[in-house]
Amino acid sequence: MANTNVFAFAESRGGELRRAGLEAVTAARQVADSTGGQVHAMLVRRPEAGGAAAGNSVAALKAHGADVVLLLEHEGFTNYNPEAIAATVAARLTSGAYRAAIFVASAQGRDLAPRVAAKCQWPIASDVTEFAVGADSVKVKHPGYTGKVIQSFTLSAATAIVSLRPGAVLPKKPDAGGAEAGGVVEAISPAIDPASVRVVVTSTAQSEGAKLDLGEAPVIISGGRGLKEAANFKLVEDLAAAFGNAAVGATRAVTDEGWRPHSDQIGQTGRLVSPQLYIACGISGAIQHLAGMRTSKTIVAINRDKEAPIFKVADYGIVGDVLEILPVLTAAVKEAKKGA
Amino acid sequence: MKIAVLIKRVPDMDVRFKIAPSGTAVDESGLKFDISDFDGYAVEAALQLKEKQADPAASEVVVISLGPDVVQETLRKAMSMGADRAVQLKHDAPLHDSYAIATALAAELKGGAYDLVMFGRMSIDTANQSTGTIVAELLGLPIVTAISQLTVNGGQVTARRELEGAYELIACPLPAVVSIDEGIARPRYPSLKGIMAAKKKPLETKPAQVGEERYKLDKMELPPERAAGRIIGEGKDAVPELVRLLKEEAKVL
Ligand SMILES: Cc1cc2nc3c(=O)[nH]c(=O)nc-3n(C[C@H](O)[C@H](O)[C@H](O)COP(=O)(O)OP(=O)(O)OC[C@H]3O[C@@H](n4cnc5c(N)ncnc54)[C@H](O)[C@@H]3O)c2cc1C
Ligand SMILES: Nc1ncnc2c1ncn2[C@@H]1O[C@H](COP(=O)(O)O)[C@@H](O)[C@H]1O
Repeated sequence: MANTNVFAFAESRGGELRRAGLEAVTAARQVADSTGGQVHAMLVRRPEAGGAAAGNSVAALKAHGADVVLLLEHEGFTNYNPEAIAATVAARLTSGAYRAAIFVASAQGRDLAPRVAAKCQWPIASDVTEFAVGADSVKVKHPGYTGKVIQSFTLSAATAIVSLRPGAVLPKKPDAGGAEAGGVVEAISPAIDPASVRVVVTSTAQSEGAKLDLGEAPVIISGGRGLKEAANFKLVEDLAAAFGNAAVGATRAVTDEGWRPHSDQIGQTGRLVSPQLYIACGISGAIQHLAGMRTSKTIVAINRDKEAPIFKVADYGIVGDVLEILPVLTAAVKEAKKGA
Repeated sequence: MKIAVLIKRVPDMDVRFKIAPSGTAVDESGLKFDISDFDGYAVEAALQLKEKQADPAASEVVVISLGPDVVQETLRKAMSMGADRAVQLKHDAPLHDSYAIATALAAELKGGAYDLVMFGRMSIDTANQSTGTIVAELLGLPIVTAISQLTVNGGQVTARRELEGAYELIACPLPAVVSIDEGIARPRYPSLKGIMAAKKKPLETKPAQVGEERYKLDKMELPPERAAGRIIGEGKDAVPELVRLLKEEAKVL
């Protein structure tokens, strides 16, 4: 039989399924519907005491289209364990019948997917924004050159790994198919002992910065040197809180000053984001910053210099003092949210 | 300590690219080229590691680049920063499959007795973030990717990786492969003395043993232009209009 099944890596952290996992399963469902195969989603975690969260993750994967949830449980999975997980995924993929494996290019996915590709000797397409799986090839689009050039590739192989840009496929429950009720759970064991690996993640900790994740938030409020000092980021955080679904970002000028952690940096050498709404506060709009956010759906800029390059990409610009405007905008957003 | 740093030559990104008539490459006329951003951080991190050794002269930093003869310029720059010697893996045609590139890099690194092999987190042009990992797997070495902090002590690497809203601390024994994110160190500017010294440092050229390419580049294109920006007003009085537009036009509120 031809390879028709599609593997999806269902990323979790601290036992909790992440949005990236749902995106992978949603994409895998789309492929499997065209190949006529099944979606197998792998969830990795420590054996839980059967708590509600544990069951919820499995249910969510099934509801998003997983026919089989491959449950990889082991005490050694307190933190991300790249070597044991990669070995297990690769063993599964090469056991047969898989047409493609879908990952999401989050921090974890970007680490894991090439490991699996190397072990399976499958070609890998990274950070993909669009893709189509054919009988013996996979076609993908991938933004390169800091987002300034879109590359279209054909991977000629009967099996391939596709690592999707976060947000390229939005989590969605299939309309039909009754996946909600169906789906089975298959317990699998690690291909190598998770305790005898070389690369050991000794701890995972919350960053000092944003509460909501830049890669997942539909709204990003970003601050630049125009905020003048670290304490004024309170104004940015207040606006983010008013939106309720917003994360806080920053420019390199700001992370260099130590006003925000490096993980908040957006741009060529920071995070690449494309939220629904990006509000740039006191940001000049240097080319390296634009590289990380120019694909945002709607861009708002607040800057006192009407010649600032950020206004060239902003759908809506306000010229003025960001310290004065932010509190007013925060109040107005709160008001608007109340009405909604 | 013996350290290898894999560096790629890429165009400066602060330009408006044009697509070449072939439709599968950028038009290189007028472009300036340099070491890919993260690879520059890796060179700097390697030099700092060497300088921290009890006897720096006993350590060696080797820079390696795969590509046509123009990559020699890139290798010279890394040597002018302080790398000790360089290897060009000569290959003239463009390559797109990170597996094919990794095969050639691994063939060169194999048997080199490196304690540490350093990559950039990703190349700034193709942005795959996969070459280093495939090389590590081909060499059978552990890899720690995308690290923003690095300590090497007593045969052990400790590192930090930024995640979405979190970070991880990671340990791994040497020999190892690492890939470098921003945060460790900015590349130094070559001194005049460094530039002079680099001219005399050894640069070896060998044919690259690239693997099979399973990628075909069908097309390169520029993304759709954003509509020109619009200033809606000045000062806090413009806020109500902004909120109205976010609600009614952009529908994000
Ligand atoms: C290799 C390389 C990689 C880089 N990578 C990145 C990257 O990933 N991300 C990144 O962001 N940068 C990056 N940079 C840096 C980039 O070039 C800029 O220096 C940086 O983005 C500028 O940050 P900024 O806009 O906060 O500061 P500035 O450029 O100093 O701009 C501050 C802005 O605030 C405005 N302002 C001042 N006061 C007020 C006020 N009271 N009210 C309203 N507006 C005010 C000013 O008019 C100005 O436009 C990189 C640079 C290099 C060389
Ligand atoms: N042609 C090349 N020569 C040397 N090193 C390379 C080359 N291509 C990629 N690399 C290395 O691999 C890293 C990751 O590249 P990529 O997988 O293309 O994002 C780069 O940062 C370099 O360290």
